[in-house]
Amino acid sequence: MNTLPKKTSTSLLSGVKLTCIREERLLFDELSLQIHAGDIVQVEGPNGSGKTSLLRILSGLSQPYDGQVHYQGQSISRCREEYQQNLLYFGHLSGVKGEMTAEENLNFNLALHGNNTEDSLAYLAKVNLLGFEDSLASHLSAGQHRRIALARLYQSSAPIWILDEPFTAIDKQGVASLEKLFIEHANRGGCVILTTHQDLISIKPEQVKKIVLDYSS
Amino acid sequence: MTLEAQSVQSTENLPAQTNNPIPSSQPLSYRRAFMLVLKRDLTIAMRHKDDIINPLLFFVIVITLFPLGIGPEAQTLSRIAPGIIWVAALLATLLSLDRLFKSDHHDGSLEQMLLSPHPIFLLVLAKIFAHWLITGLPLILIAPLLAVLLHLDENSYGALVFTLLLGTPVLSLLGAVGVALTVGIKKGGVLLSLLVLPLYIPVLIFATSAIDTAALGLPYSGQLAIIAALFFGSLSLAPFAVGAALKVSTN
Repeated sequence: MNTLPKKTSTSLLSGVKLTCIREERLLFDELSLQIHAGDIVQVEGPNGSGKTSLLRILSGLSQPYDGQVHYQGQSISRCREEYQQNLLYFGHLSGVKGEMTAEENLNFNLALHGNNTEDSLAYLAKVNLLGFEDSLASHLSAGQHRRIALARLYQSSAPIWILDEPFTAIDKQGVASLEKLFIEHANRGGCVILTTHQDLISIKPEQVKKIVLDYSS
Repeated sequence: MTLEAQSVQSTENLPAQTNNPIPSSQPLSYRRAFMLVLKRDLTIAMRHKDDIINPLLFFVIVITLFPLGIGPEAQTLSRIAPGIIWVAALLATLLSLDRLFKSDHHDGSLEQMLLSPHPIFLLVLAKIFAHWLITGLPLILIAPLLAVLLHLDENSYGALVFTLLLGTPVLSLLGAVGVALTVGIKKGGVLLSLLVLPLYIPVLIFATSAIDTAALGLPYSGQLAIIAALFFGSLSLAPFAVGAALKVSTN
């Protein structure tokens, strides 16, 4: 099992001896990790190796079988609201409602997480959805759904980004601008934890920390 | 993608974010978070009118079929009218419960709500209130009209409206607990009825008893007080139960 090295006291997010069991299969066991401000962490592993489970545990959506997740040294179950104030989780499902327009979807997502909604059109432009802002999301494609959800990243004030397969159904140019955004976010003192099966293009290998899940039973 | 060039340009014009410290966000006040979710759910319901019309149509059809099946004798009908109206209201609510969390669970917006920096009970309460506005309120408005079809005793109309007004929110609140528990299950429909219907029975008993009592010209405030107690009890406890159940269901 791979663990990230170094144990400093100022880690933004850390997992302590996380164990995850799904369908009576051990996915990972006693996984400890430290994520600091400025890190870009890529979780790697084949399908079914527990990448999504790990991200859901880190975000607090799932409970680990054993172990704890700490935010700034405090267990996330004890500071749920403070942690969620500082967290942006983007899962497999984009959370976009087909009955609402692109702009309404983005505005709701921004407002729900306490961001202001004034510049939402500009953020839609950033994800190439200008001109679609009044279209119902159910008329848009899968990739455009993901883009609506990802537009939130451009205004997110949360330092911790947990992104599960953010590049799925996104075209090449979109991937490039997302990668640029991740680097900017890391430089601003945030951290990005992501899973992807694609190679990162513009993020240099030495900038990326890797967690490899390859537990074979 | 004709928009490509245009949007690449606009990238440069946006408020510069690079190297700025991360701006802090203010969590919404409780009232604004409540209104935000309420408005969203009502918007979705308005664009998806089936959700409003289906339970209402079910309610109307069931009640209009009874006189046809039983016969038009006023005495028989007015005897069974309270029971028919309330059972129909109960089943119409049950029919509409599925929508409360299921679609949000399917498209991932439920996860986003659980991860938002607001107390879960508040968001849940907003969703339940929206559900009641969409399904409970139309039932209350149309029930007195349908009661005419069933020759409901004229002393009972007040009791009918009051029991529905206090009782239908209870149905939404208790139903939400059942939906939250079964939302992660593929075919949870049967389980949902089994979980929720026993909880509905007290409301049914006291509501029909109140309407019957009113028909005799007697005071029915006792039954109404018990339904009110059920309402306030479930209003204060159900949102927390729903929050806990949703956490388990998304685990």
